[in-house]
Amino acid sequence: MTVLLDVAEFSKQFPVGSTLGPIARLRRRFAGGAETLPKVHAVDDVNFVIDKGETLGLVGESGCGKSTLVRALTRLIDASDGSVKLGTRELSLTPSRDFARDPDRARIQMVFQDAGESINPRFTAFDAIADPLRRLRHLRGAALKQRVEVVAGQCGLPLALLPRYPHQLSGGQRARVGIARAIAVEPDLLVLDEPTAALDVSVQVVILQLLQRLKKESGMSYLFVSHDLSVVRLICDRVLVMYLGKIVESGPAAAVFEHPLHPYTQALVAAVPRVGENGAQRLRLTGEPRSPIDPDPNVCRFYGRCTRGTEACKTAMPALRRFGEREVACHFAEDESPRA
Amino acid sequence: MTAAPALSVEGLSVEFRTRSGIVRALDNVGFSVAKGETIALVGESGSGKSVTAYAVLGILDPAGRVTAGRAMLGGLDLLSAKPRELAEVRGREIAMIFQNPRTALNPIRTVGRQIADVLIRHANVPRGEAQAQAVEMLRAVGITDPARRAKAYPFEMSGGMCQRVMIACALAAKPSLLIADEPTTGLDVTTQAVIMDLIGDLAGKLGMATIFITHDLALAGQRAARIVVMHAGHVVENAPTRELFEHPRHPYTAELIAATPDSAASLDELASVPGSLPDLRRTDLPPCRYSERCPRKASDCDRPLPSSTDAAHLVACWNPLPMNGPLRAPESVS
Repeated sequence: MTVLLDVAEFSKQFPVGSTLGPIARLRRRFAGGAETLPKVHAVDDVNFVIDKGETLGLVGESGCGKSTLVRALTRLIDASDGSVKLGTRELSLTPSRDFARDPDRARIQMVFQDAGESINPRFTAFDAIADPLRRLRHLRGAALKQRVEVVAGQCGLPLALLPRYPHQLSGGQRARVGIARAIAVEPDLLVLDEPTAALDVSVQVVILQLLQRLKKESGMSYLFVSHDLSVVRLICDRVLVMYLGKIVESGPAAAVFEHPLHPYTQALVAAVPRVGENGAQRLRLTGEPRSPIDPDPNVCRFYGRCTRGTEACKTAMPALRRFGEREVACHFAEDESPRA
Repeated sequence: MTAAPALSVEGLSVEFRTRSGIVRALDNVGFSVAKGETIALVGESGSGKSVTAYAVLGILDPAGRVTAGRAMLGGLDLLSAKPRELAEVRGREIAMIFQNPRTALNPIRTVGRQIADVLIRHANVPRGEAQAQAVEMLRAVGITDPARRAKAYPFEMSGGMCQRVMIACALAAKPSLLIADEPTTGLDVTTQAVIMDLIGDLAGKLGMATIFITHDLALAGQRAARIVVMHAGHVVENAPTRELFEHPRHPYTAELIAATPDSAASLDELASVPGSLPDLRRTDLPPCRYSERCPRKASDCDRPLPSSTDAAHLVACWNPLPMNGPLRAPESVS
């Protein structure tokens, strides 16, 4: 397997407003003190690779940094630290502002969460698919029209629907437009942010099967972001589980969901509703997540909600350790490991 | 199911007048929920689940009109009740949890005040004690540091916390019927589980009847004792949960189960439901609104829908699947 995307020691912090007023801050800065704003550690020292042709799942609850990670990978925002390598190209050296016109822009494309909200309402389906082709491939006229029709056909979008505006399309058709405009420029990596969250189950199946077929035909890699584990299980080869900016577990999708090793993954898997099971004995998370603002680097991020939570978790942040094909960031991973 | 029904809906039909014609949103919808029972209304978007709830509560959009039917809550028909009678029942006897807590809560009132408002209006709590009781309600729905949180505005809270506040508002007056319209859509699975546990626990404690509206068949299967499947404004099947999953009889139910990713081993195994909902503005809608999508359609399907005789398992189909032949046995039902 050749590595398509290599993300190393990747971090993103956002400064947040301090309790000091602007004048007090200025005064402090002129007095020689550092203007230190507290920071939200949205993504904190994340490492992973995506192989060519692989579907990698990214799961975690809202606020865990999934979207920040995805937006930084697609170069919509700049990273604070770390490297992102696409093939041999180091992307983090190019500011996101310049990357918009970069020839490699076409190699990473994104399908957004709700196609109804992310497609320009004043663009017809044709315009929506044509826009990236105009900007990145500089196609015009007949060549443009032909390419749009080919892509629409690939995505199962009837040509008769191309002159329509988003509000004249059904949810499933809009999802197809969102996918078509992303694959129009033949990307190597397609980032999918909850592509089926807004759809009914009956339509969801069709879109998932479309995505699988497209991948088979073109050899793209997918980064599939979702919190629907039953979907991730079906479509992904490997998964990353994130919690408060950190990767807490990774490994082959089937193994991770069959036998989760990290307590957070265990809670996540236990929370998936299953028919006919009313488990009062199911694992439940209690309490609120820890604050992501300047977190203590020596406390496990999951401490406080974790069912295990011992002294060790309060004094040392567990590192991500390798167990065969899997990685787990928990002091007690051995107890859970089937190999131990 | 010997208990008297807390709510029984019979023959409910609702129309919406729009510029492009009359939408027959509900047609002859009927179901009942007993005291202490939890039932689920399940269906695709546009199937009429929420409209059913809105009609029962008398909060339909002004364009909507109930054309037939009864909704009996005890001795009172909610559909023909005067606005004043309805106002007495809403909040006190029936409460509703709305889909998106952030938009359903008042953005410029602290959450403590909003709960206190319900207590004062519907639970005859004196003004002076309402705030203290509101804090107690927040504690009951599992909010840490309730006294401080009561002073917070909805935008200062996470989605899961807002939903807890909604639940506190809904249950403040200890209603006998709770309608929860997609209470966990947009929440994380972990939060979803906690919120559903909370609703279940409180409903059990208060002996409430619960109508749970969702498009997530797996979630309905986990939480409800009985499932009412809706399609295009019709109730197509109404059966105890276990039986519905093991022996779905209506073709639409069977297709929905086959499309749910919960139990499938691979993506290829999942079947999609072909076609889409019929346009409810049409004047030539067939008696069975599923017939144009139906794989089991026969020549005799254009008769008026049958009135089923088996009260425990209602199927609105002339050509249902046999009693003991599921399309595919879901693995998780053992």
